[in-house]
Amino acid sequence: MTSEYVLEMKNVVKYYGDEPVLDGVSFKVFRGETKIIIGASGSGKSTILKLIMGLDRPDEGEILVEGQEITRMKESDLVAVRGKIGMVFQESALFDSLSVRENVAYQLYEIGVDEDEIESKVRETLGFVGLEDAIDKMPSELSGGMKRRVALARALIGHPDIMLYDEPTAGLDPITSRRINELIIALRDIKGVTGVFVTHRLRDAFTLATQYASNGGPTTTYHREGATLCIANTRFLLLRDGKIIFEGPDELLRRSEDPYIKRFLA
Amino acid sequence: MPLTPKAAIKEVQDISSLAAKIFISAFKRPLYLKDVLTQMDVIGVGSLAVIILTGFFTGAVLTLQTSKTLSTFGAIGFTGQLVAVSLVRELGPVLASLMVAGRVGSGIASELGSMLVTEQINAMRALGTDPIKKLVVPRVVATTTMLPILTVVADAVGVIGGLFVAVFVLHISSNLYLNSAWDALNYMDVVGGLLKPLVFGATLSIVGCHCGLRTHGGTQGVGRSTTQAVVASSILILVFNLILTRIILAYTQ
Ligand SMILES: Nc1ncnc2c1ncn2[C@@H]1O[C@H](COP(=O)(O)OP(=O)(O)OP(=O)(O)O)[C@@H](O)[C@H]1O
Ligand SMILES: [Mg+2]
Repeated sequence: MTSEYVLEMKNVVKYYGDEPVLDGVSFKVFRGETKIIIGASGSGKSTILKLIMGLDRPDEGEILVEGQEITRMKESDLVAVRGKIGMVFQESALFDSLSVRENVAYQLYEIGVDEDEIESKVRETLGFVGLEDAIDKMPSELSGGMKRRVALARALIGHPDIMLYDEPTAGLDPITSRRINELIIALRDIKGVTGVFVTHRLRDAFTLATQYASNGGPTTTYHREGATLCIANTRFLLLRDGKIIFEGPDELLRRSEDPYIKRFLA
Repeated sequence: MPLTPKAAIKEVQDISSLAAKIFISAFKRPLYLKDVLTQMDVIGVGSLAVIILTGFFTGAVLTLQTSKTLSTFGAIGFTGQLVAVSLVRELGPVLASLMVAGRVGSGIASELGSMLVTEQINAMRALGTDPIKKLVVPRVVATTTMLPILTVVADAVGVIGGLFVAVFVLHISSNLYLNSAWDALNYMDVVGGLLKPLVFGATLSIVGCHCGLRTHGGTQGVGRSTTQAVVASSILILVFNLILTRIILAYTQ
């Protein structure tokens, strides 16, 4: 049975200690959609991504990935589910004993792809994030933004259908974050990747919600939505104290009369 | 963290279940042979200098002390025998294991602990790897195989250290010392002397992995895990040594 939804959370409750971090979270992400999760620090955004990846288990509720319930799955069966998902961790989480090349190639080594193919794929993917020159560096030699992009490349190399981005632009300069946003837009609009994008940088969130990419020959071009076109594949989700207090497109979010949302957007 | 009886039992449970998982994973594909070899190099070759120094000075001081005691009985000719037996049965395995617990057990705990707090372990799981297979099994296999070898080195260097003292300080003939040392060792001494580091190696590496993998509380937590790994594995080594000695002696005629 295939569901029209790629990701689904049903009434998920998660405790760390005595405090509920997620308190009945439900949402669905349809194929090709990018869900932008915004919320204050500590509101449980990263926790949602970890639960989707099966890295941690909820105390209550269900999580479906491509129609499969994962919360009670054995760790060994989760490997197949995780294979469909790429994740960019909040702090990059590069393996610091491995070079950039080995980090990006990691998943291919695990599957057992042959050396030549790995090399060309690593170069291609690093090219995609604009970091071909850093291939022989160690993670400790990279800047924060470069690490973020290597982490993105590492997550992308297996061509996942679903991408989870945990604040991929936090603390980056405008040029680098613009670059990363464009990559994510291109993945969404050209490759049809389903995504969950966690951020508390509203500028980036609205960039994602208002721009789209199209593929005109060899180059990708980026456009702004206007009177003739409205992006429907990107929706917001606002998290507050473990509960979803808003869900919908950017236009509705901006027009909301809720005092907390207004304060959050200000 | 206070060590209540309940916490202690939980700890023992956790370590046993980790040990069981390691045992099962060690026989399942994929096997990370390259990681095992790397760890053997890091743990085995890397500990060689420490082990040689420990062995040499222990053998030397042991010879000084033993000969002093034996000379009061006019039995200084037995020095080699006593030194060899003490080294092979007890001091070699225990001191080598304690040194390796300090060097390798702490290293394992801090490495896995920092990988955990920086989410590298989660990243690994996200990329489809079982961290038990990729990180824990190679370290445990490497420590368990390398420690008996390191112990043999420690024993041998210890006897040589004793020889130096015997010849240059006590003026015992090297033949007398070496012959009495060699003749003293029986089959069970050798078996016991190898079994002990095997058990201690498994113990210290499993405890190191366990402490590393349950790190919490950021960088500070890593320091705590490292200390705990060394303390817990050192005490376990001493306790297991008593139990094993009792068993081995029961089988010795
Ligand atoms: N492993 C853990 N153990 C205990 N508490 C945790 C753990 N992980 C997260 N928490 C707690 O859960 C809450 C939500 O954490 P989470 O990382 O999901 O927040 P976030 O929305 O991603 O915040 P930020 O924007 O700062 O990244 C926080 O209060 C945090 O203290
Ligand atoms: Mg977070």
